[in-house]
Amino acid sequence: MLVTYIEAIRQAMDEEMERDGNVLLMGEDVGVLGGAFKASVGLQEKHGPDRVVDMPISESLIVGAGIGLAVQGMRPILEMQFIDFISCGFDQIVNTAATLRYRHGGQTACPIVIRGPSGGGVHGGLYHSQNPEAWFCHVPGLKVVAPATAYDAKGLLKAAIRDDDPVIYFEHKFLYRRIKEEIPAEEFVVPIGKAALRKEGRDLTVITYGSPVHAVMKAARDMAAEVDIEVIDLRTLLPIDWATVKGSVRKTGKALIVHEARLTGGIGGEVAARIAQECFEDLDGPVMRLGSRDVHTPFAPSMEEYVLPNQEKITEAIRKLAAY
Amino acid sequence: MTEQKDRELYRWLRLIREFESRISTLDKQGKLMGGVYSGKGQEAVTVGFCHDLRWDDWIFPLHRDLGAFLVKGADPKRLMAQIFGKRDGFAKGKDSYLHGGDLANGIFGGTSMLGATLPVAAGMAYKFKIRKEDRVAIAFFGEGASSRGDAHEAMNFAGVHRLPVIFVCENNFYAYSTPNELQFGVDNVADRAAGYGFKGEVVNGNDLHSVMKTAQRAIERARKGDGPTLVECKTYRYHGHSEHDRADYRSEEEVITWESRDPIFLWEIYLEKRKYDIAAIKKETSEEVTRIVEEAVAFADASPSPDGPEAMGDLYAMPIDTEAP
Repeated sequence: MLVTYIEAIRQAMDEEMERDGNVLLMGEDVGVLGGAFKASVGLQEKHGPDRVVDMPISESLIVGAGIGLAVQGMRPILEMQFIDFISCGFDQIVNTAATLRYRHGGQTACPIVIRGPSGGGVHGGLYHSQNPEAWFCHVPGLKVVAPATAYDAKGLLKAAIRDDDPVIYFEHKFLYRRIKEEIPAEEFVVPIGKAALRKEGRDLTVITYGSPVHAVMKAARDMAAEVDIEVIDLRTLLPIDWATVKGSVRKTGKALIVHEARLTGGIGGEVAARIAQECFEDLDGPVMRLGSRDVHTPFAPSMEEYVLPNQEKITEAIRKLAAY
Repeated sequence: MTEQKDRELYRWLRLIREFESRISTLDKQGKLMGGVYSGKGQEAVTVGFCHDLRWDDWIFPLHRDLGAFLVKGADPKRLMAQIFGKRDGFAKGKDSYLHGGDLANGIFGGTSMLGATLPVAAGMAYKFKIRKEDRVAIAFFGEGASSRGDAHEAMNFAGVHRLPVIFVCENNFYAYSTPNELQFGVDNVADRAAGYGFKGEVVNGNDLHSVMKTAQRAIERARKGDGPTLVECKTYRYHGHSEHDRADYRSEEEVITWESRDPIFLWEIYLEKRKYDIAAIKKETSEEVTRIVEEAVAFADASPSPDGPEAMGDLYAMPIDTEAP
């Protein structure tokens, strides 16, 4: 069936709520309105107001309440209306949820999913464009995923809901309705912790995730005549599928990491360090990174374009690396 | 109340006092690591709220509520091992003091971000409500934590859904060194309940009778579906914020005044007025609580320390090995 990225998210929630009576959705305007982006349209009508809950504007409460429900065996999906607002729930995520099992010596699990629209490219300005995934990849006890396709959006959300650990699910709002894809009508799950090989190639590996996957793929196709690019979509950012990353870099000898999040302190640094340390003998060039410029994501289109990575910048980075 | 229950309550007050005194002594002797947050002087609050709870009700103790652990059913031996950082503690040595709860007994381990348990308690109460379970959640917090946004967010949500949760503020007049008048501009923390659409009550937290009566009312209200209650217990901690704090910010006179309102002392007067054999009760109780605490210390002492690599365990319920090809 042909679905958009956001419809894939809606289907995943709907099907999981149908499959398991312990799954519920809590967030701001998720019920009557069906979500600010309509990710949960129709779900309250179908599953009832007890299970699709319009919450007060209280992100810390939304996460904290989710933890209380999880301890009781429920599986709450907690929506941040914009992922930028996740900072208001930061303490509950990193100090209560991520440590829950650890500080209870394994007595409990914490099956919560925190999801919400991240990313720029839509002129959202400072508080509707953020990519805060790196903050959470620094926290043991969490799992972090970021799907780039409708198939993964659905499959990874299902896996996240079924997972017994707290999962932060970064969906990219730029992709919500720009991606339309055939996905199987039958049940499927995309396992957490497994990267996807999007394109095989011999000359150079681009490791990416989220929205830039599409720009990288386009660049790889457009540049096919000059360089044979392998594209890895990480999909899961914590834990990273190191076996796939290293396997590819050992083959091509060159690695470029591309993400929309800011460069400094981003996931790319961690990936680059691991490659440099563990694939040193196989490298034919420096491990390179491309991310947003180290500044907030500005509102005016000209500045936003200047700050975010795009196909042109990706192409340029690939050429630079290929030249080694 | 029956004599049996009167004596039982006395036994809990004394056990908590003995347990905490022993911890303070061990700390002074340098036998404990980490922070020790004595609740000495506040025993009537935890006994009053936890004693009549059912096994499947839940409590969310604050860092000073060691007594709540005991009354709700935590094994004193494991609790002592927890404080010793040993493998038999609830956290298996991964964190200290009350951060490791005893979930099988409905005791949630909090974090150091005081007040952060309130949203968790509200969420759990939401589950009790939608599943029509006859259970309550009790969230303890200090008057200092009442200033945190989490307290507001949790109470607001609890008010919206009339949740079976009771917010118990233990106002011991100082958040570390900060007195009430620098913490809030209202007379009582409980006054804020009106702002959330439910009942607030102020009670003498050193008087076990008053605490129990208020607790019973609040618990009944919650079980009947009549919503949350914010109870503020005015009480006092004899020790500093933690054992290393000499609490110079308080006058000696103030401390003595509160010591003369000691909850155990008050309960003994009550037992005496009831014409029970107070001398025998005291003697029997002393022997019993001393024995329990002795056994707990011996157990904790003998419990193995975790091995270094155990630090990597209990992080994920479903670990993923991404190094494997």
